[in-house]
Amino acid sequence: MQRIGVFVCHCGSNIAATVDVEKVVELVRMEPGVVHAEDYQYMCSEAGQAKIQAAIREKGLTGVVVCSCSPRMHEATFRKAADRAGLNPYMVEIANIREHCSWIHKDREEATKKALILARAAIAKVNLNAPLKPGESRVTKRALVIGGGIAGIQTALDIADAGYEVDIVEKTPSIGGRMSQLDKTFPTLDCSACILTPKMVEANAHEKIHIYTYSEVEKVSGFVGDFTVDIRKKARSVDMDKCTGCGVCQEKCPSKKTPSEFNRGLNNRSAIYTPFAQAIPNVPVIDREACIKFQTGKCGLCAKVCQAGAIDYEQKDEIITQKYGAIVVATGFDVIKLDAYDEYAYSQSKDVITSLELERIMNAAGPTKGHLERLSDGRAPKEMVFIQCVGSRCADQRGKSYCSKICCMYTAKHAMLIRDKYPDVNVTVFYIDVRTPGKNFDEFYRRAVEEYGVNYIKGQVGKVMPQPDGRLLVQGADLLDNKQILIEADMVVLAAAIEPDPSVRGIATMLTASIDTNNFLTEAHPKLRPVESPTAGVFLSGVCQGPKDIPETVAQAGAAAVKAIGLLAKDKLTTNPCTAHSDELLCNGCSTCANVCPYGAITYEDRQVNDHGIREVRRLAVVNNALCQGCGACTVACPSGAMDLQGFSNRQIIAEVDAICR
Amino acid sequence: MQELINRAKELLADGTVVRVLGWKKGDMPYNPEPAFFESADALEDFVYDGFCGANLSKFMIEASGKEGRTLVFLKPCDTYSMNQLIKEHRVDREKTYIIGVGCTGKLSAEKIHALGIRAIEAVSGAEVGMFTGENEALAAEKTLTIQTLYGEKTCSYKDAMLERCHVCKGKEHKIFDEIIGASADTKDGDRFAQVEQIEAMSPAERFAFFQAELSKCIRCNACRNVCPACSCRKCVFDSNKFDSAQKANADSFEEKMFHIIRAFHVAGRCTDCGECSRVCPQGIPLHLFNRKFIKDIDDFYGEFQAGEDAETVGPLTSFTFDDVEPGVVERG
Repeated sequence: MQRIGVFVCHCGSNIAATVDVEKVVELVRMEPGVVHAEDYQYMCSEAGQAKIQAAIREKGLTGVVVCSCSPRMHEATFRKAADRAGLNPYMVEIANIREHCSWIHKDREEATKKALILARAAIAKVNLNAPLKPGESRVTKRALVIGGGIAGIQTALDIADAGYEVDIVEKTPSIGGRMSQLDKTFPTLDCSACILTPKMVEANAHEKIHIYTYSEVEKVSGFVGDFTVDIRKKARSVDMDKCTGCGVCQEKCPSKKTPSEFNRGLNNRSAIYTPFAQAIPNVPVIDREACIKFQTGKCGLCAKVCQAGAIDYEQKDEIITQKYGAIVVATGFDVIKLDAYDEYAYSQSKDVITSLELERIMNAAGPTKGHLERLSDGRAPKEMVFIQCVGSRCADQRGKSYCSKICCMYTAKHAMLIRDKYPDVNVTVFYIDVRTPGKNFDEFYRRAVEEYGVNYIKGQVGKVMPQPDGRLLVQGADLLDNKQILIEADMVVLAAAIEPDPSVRGIATMLTASIDTNNFLTEAHPKLRPVESPTAGVFLSGVCQGPKDIPETVAQAGAAAVKAIGLLAKDKLTTNPCTAHSDELLCNGCSTCANVCPYGAITYEDRQVNDHGIREVRRLAVVNNALCQGCGACTVACPSGAMDLQGFSNRQIIAEVDAICR
Repeated sequence: MQELINRAKELLADGTVVRVLGWKKGDMPYNPEPAFFESADALEDFVYDGFCGANLSKFMIEASGKEGRTLVFLKPCDTYSMNQLIKEHRVDREKTYIIGVGCTGKLSAEKIHALGIRAIEAVSGAEVGMFTGENEALAAEKTLTIQTLYGEKTCSYKDAMLERCHVCKGKEHKIFDEIIGASADTKDGDRFAQVEQIEAMSPAERFAFFQAELSKCIRCNACRNVCPACSCRKCVFDSNKFDSAQKANADSFEEKMFHIIRAFHVAGRCTDCGECSRVCPQGIPLHLFNRKFIKDIDDFYGEFQAGEDAETVGPLTSFTFDDVEPGVVERG
């Protein structure tokens, strides 16, 4: 029988206001194995921990239950405290009576009852706990950054500057990401390319950074400190070592009808292409779907004109297998599809565009060479309407519930730039709220209104109706004036919501990193661990974690780098001792556990067993404790119950359930 | 039947196998039982007729632990179980010599009893004949002639056929070393028809249905013991390592727990051989649980037949990016 001490925390009033802490203490004393129980204002404080340590020493406790906040907050704190007092840290269990009880209930009596039940479950578990000893694993001193936008580039630079090898995997032919598509950046209006390209060049030239463009992560195995990743380097059909980047192939390529991804489909590109002039690497790829040579076997013009002999039609996808200690996800975002927003006539009129398309139109390297003009007839617009929150802060299924965060600022930027460059153009912005927190952000917005005379109207647009003369009739509401407004506009710009790049789902699954209902990657703690994934060794950089602007992205990219560096700086990691093990007398050798193990931690061997006097050689499962992450998939898959998880054994879980149902 | 005995004797004589797993006469004309035969003489008791429904695959676990190779006779549907057992490393293929034996539908003594035919002394019409194919294919149209204490009775072969034969998986043997005799597909029903009926019930009706069926259970463990998927060395219900051993004493355990846990344990591995229902002395339609799982697996992950081969990893023990995520609740 264990000698268990129960420590009930008030958490100030967080718990004590809803749970009768004294009563819980009084009642847990009657539970089997409990020899000591007390309560304290803040168990996590120095004094609170000292109480636990004193009780361990004085009462000879063999097990401890702390009724407090979530184990994600303070399990480590209390386990370390127990360890210092000479008790195996895995003999400490947490009953979460804050997040699971006091915070979510109002009725004091009910909450007290529930707190007692939760305490009972933890006591029942501790009664079956056994001391566990963690092992050690090594750390591969190399980081992988998935995504080569500004977030990925910044993270890679910071990690590389600390002296560690970094690989960037970017799925498009060039690094640069969304930022490379922007014209100017708020709130200082410096040119996006001017501040981004030096970083791209620096990353490319850095001796510790290796960039895999036109490549995708295909498979991830292993665990923190020791990931093994397969990277598919897609066939570029151009030899990267030979190509000089002269661009003749792109000029001569006769297939020029593929919508340019970089210019958001506003113009076309050739089949052999670099996405933009400053692309890194400056080596084109052949889009095999669009290439006449690949589709019909005839043509081959690019190979003929290439002085360097770099064109290689036979090139095949290549799989690169590499080990990493840390992985940073920086997969970024895309704007949502606007199919569900017929009322804004996006698919009906070429002059209804998204803000990202406007960035390309405003850009000197864009489809209109930087001239603001209508895509339908090339005329200069006189009347422009911006519609905010298209799909953001949306209550229905069509859009996103969240605020995309960047739209208020870039819309102010667009409005200001247009008024500055084309003072004869009237600009109207329809908004729900203008949200401009951030350094110099509100000043920026006020400049747009006060100095540049942008017409801001609080209200939403109901409909955009293309007219026979090609203009766009915008019907909106002015909520402050309480009246309907009709504007005959030449162009309408939609601030479409942003969403995580669709590739993030597959990557999250490969990394066993959790994502929320909007496909944003989840942080380990929303406030205190915002750049770490709950999956150890996986870090989050940029918009893949939530909407953010460039300064925030860069700040978070640096933070993610610091976390990765902190991991890579260690020589050894302590492994989780809560791993699976197989009872050799119950094991059928059926391989079901090995099939479901995501870490490849289970192998089989033929071994002699002595089953109550019967000696025979049996095929038995063997768990590699260095690989096992204690996910428990094998324990539920095992039909005979031979597989069990140390620290979370079937008996412990059933004991908890029994204690709850008692 | 004689061809089977002759071939078994040959294989014993030339040393290919050291024992034969087949069926021998039971104490009644309608209950032959699985048996090992170690010699040519012993094979005199060998029998193969319409009542040989028993799936012999599971006995090969025992035979795999013995010295030498064992000859086993498998009907087409039995071969699915054999594949599954080989896949799970419970049967050693190297120690197995499989004769795929022709089958044209097997009979149920319970069904004959249910037709009001009691006190059976002898049955004719259940013999398996010359394996020439043509006649056998028409077995379902034959008539059984049954001598009883109350005189001679007849019934159609089809009316006496096992439930599983009405949803026959086909005449193809999925694994074999040689085949003797022709088989016929006896399917004339929809495998999931009854599952769909139960799905259509209200939760209260469904609960009442299973409560009524499962309350008949006397926990004789026949279903578990015969089930080729229930191949654990030690069943969780028999082990003192699990608290389930004590729970077995709870009043309503059989009704609420045992069969449901068993269905979960065989989910994705059950070949729908129907042995559980065939051997249940209380006539509980246990196969319905398994079929519900099979139907759901088909719906979620695409059609899957356990035991189709001995290699494919089943949908419940594999992962693809296309897998449904029934646990994910869409934002509403």
